[in-house]
Amino acid sequence: MSAILSFPRFMLATAGAMVRGSSRYYLWLLFLVSWIVLGVVAYLHQLQVGLVATNMVDQVPWGAYIANFTYLVGMAAAAVMLVIPAYVYHDHALHEVVMLGELLAVAVLTMCLAFVMVDIGRPDRFWHLIPGIGRFNWPASMLSWDVIVLNGYLALNLYITTYLLYAKFRGREPNRKMYLPFVFLSIGWAISIHTVTAFLYSGMGARSHWNAAILAPRFLVSAFAAGPSLMIIALSEVRDRMKFPVKDAALNRLRQIVAITMLINLFFFFSEIFTELYSFKEHAASMRYLLFGLEGHHKLVPYIWTAIALDVFAAAVFVTPRLYRNPMVLRAGCAAAIVGVWVEKGMGLVIPGFVPTPLGEIVEYGPSFTEFCVSAAIWAMGALIYTLLLKAAVPIELGTLRLNPPPPEPAE
Amino acid sequence: MARSDQHDPICSPEERVEKLVETRLAENGTRRTFLKLFGLGVAATAAATGCGKSAPTTEEFFRQHYKKLTDDDKARIFRRIEEQTLARTGVATHISDPPPIDGVEFAYALNLSVCNGSRRCVEACARENNLPDDPEIRYIRVFEMEAGSLDFGESTPNYRDDTVPAKGKFYLPVQCHQCDNPPCVRACPVGATWKEPDGIVVIDYSWCIGCRFCVVACPYFARRFNWTQPTVPPERINPNQGYLSNRPRFKGVVEKCTFCLHRTRKGRMPACLEACPTGARKFGNLNDPNSEIRKIIERKRVYVLKEDQATLPRFYYFFS
Repeated sequence: MSAILSFPRFMLATAGAMVRGSSRYYLWLLFLVSWIVLGVVAYLHQLQVGLVATNMVDQVPWGAYIANFTYLVGMAAAAVMLVIPAYVYHDHALHEVVMLGELLAVAVLTMCLAFVMVDIGRPDRFWHLIPGIGRFNWPASMLSWDVIVLNGYLALNLYITTYLLYAKFRGREPNRKMYLPFVFLSIGWAISIHTVTAFLYSGMGARSHWNAAILAPRFLVSAFAAGPSLMIIALSEVRDRMKFPVKDAALNRLRQIVAITMLINLFFFFSEIFTELYSFKEHAASMRYLLFGLEGHHKLVPYIWTAIALDVFAAAVFVTPRLYRNPMVLRAGCAAAIVGVWVEKGMGLVIPGFVPTPLGEIVEYGPSFTEFCVSAAIWAMGALIYTLLLKAAVPIELGTLRLNPPPPEPAE
Repeated sequence: MARSDQHDPICSPEERVEKLVETRLAENGTRRTFLKLFGLGVAATAAATGCGKSAPTTEEFFRQHYKKLTDDDKARIFRRIEEQTLARTGVATHISDPPPIDGVEFAYALNLSVCNGSRRCVEACARENNLPDDPEIRYIRVFEMEAGSLDFGESTPNYRDDTVPAKGKFYLPVQCHQCDNPPCVRACPVGATWKEPDGIVVIDYSWCIGCRFCVVACPYFARRFNWTQPTVPPERINPNQGYLSNRPRFKGVVEKCTFCLHRTRKGRMPACLEACPTGARKFGNLNDPNSEIRKIIERKRVYVLKEDQATLPRFYYFFS
């Protein structure tokens, strides 16, 4: 059957796989959809009254949405921690699961774009951002670069995963020329998405808290700690629940990566703290606010110290054989890395950039109920997308979902 | 560019809008298909969610960037906005779009020795520019500074202005500095804000997507976001409006001081200057060697805020 004709059948078969499942599967979907419904209601309220539904103000013009966005761009970029070993170093164990990392990137990028959409004041004007139709301030605006790299990375990962799954579905050997160049392109592209996102911040001369060369390296290395940690949990789940053969070697390699990246992350963070605080300069006010509070304002202090504790705990787990050999402890370490980096690079980075303002005002921020509901819904949407993608991709990878299923028995 | 007073007498406003949309769409086929489909989607969503009141009209949705509008487009759009304001508030307004004057570059200077912190400028600015009181939006922020220090960390914008000037303090008003190297303009992903030839940094409120990257980029905390729909009581509406300055704004977009370009480009002084009881504010054409502003900058010891940011402000401070 020609490619043109079999592609609709591929789409149909994957859609079929997504909607069929056990009652536990349906319960999980229902759980996620309930959160999404709650978030949609909250978002409609926000559309109605404006962003006043959030706790953002002129002094703190970005909040939980952009914090989550920043963190998630890193999670999407972290797919390269599977792609590089798999394709550059020919790590066979990781090569078998690299698809699951690329699909995660697809789901996470959708979340990134959703977080941007809910944050902008005029979502109806998003077409102004489309090159050719709108008016694109490229190359001056770092945000225009971000639009290009994020959508490009989404397109690359969508293409690579669809092509490979489709080839498997048809029972064909994928043509290396059709996907390998894109895989290698995606490696550089992944680095670029998080670099550009860091440059959004570090390019702001007005905000000395972000205006540091360490920011992009710190972004990348913290993403490469949190991302593989999430992959360890995801791969273990897929192995347990979907009978997908994930070799221990793959998990071990990811564990080794996190051990190194988390230590480097802590080192970078420490270097930044030292440089800011030791010189007693005016510019350190934001760092002092973050770590110790400023003039009686200390909303972020317990938050950031929890993150530092989680990061340190994760680092301890990942370098101590006695700890990481226990699957439960390893999982706790992964969760600590995921949450620790989320706090430290999300609100822990974004909010102090605004406190104090360039004119010395101190206005504190914490997300509103609307922001909480909308953010939770976007996380649920990401989980839903990843669940559905896995539900279709795993049987194709296992060979149980095929265009022409191999005849199981010779006809009787 | 003079506002056209020629209107087709047969057309209702709605029909004119339809016609406008049709002509805009006919320009570009691909854009038409895409936008039409998308526009229908948005309209349907808005209808379904009951956001009809705050949803943009078709004309507003398709409206092009300011720089792409012809004089004809502008005339129609201005008329449309005037009609909307009239229908909403009963106030007859007039929208103009005075262009920058050839050879003019504006600059502002503020004498810190005499500013007494009365905040008259803040109020005059609010009335002139149709700024809402609820939620309160103010373009000018006056800081009460400790004598002997220019450290904003020691200052406060939240002082009582009925007992000013307070002992041991001086007052430093901050508004948009109309930088010659504006970081906000660089930040905007859609080119909704730009520097005009006379140095004024303007915003196309109908193009801004509300991402607030410019608010983050500004070192002077000069930009304001409309967190909700701004409303001005009818009796307070200033009917003399500029398309790029004090015309009605709406929720979800950024705005800021424009040196009252609807006045200053017609030879008048900014409202904040006229309201100042101490004569601390000076404004004029930098390119005119005989202007007061030029003499101040040449002869006084002037300084700018945050010179290290290399923003090259057009707003100078000096002590007399």
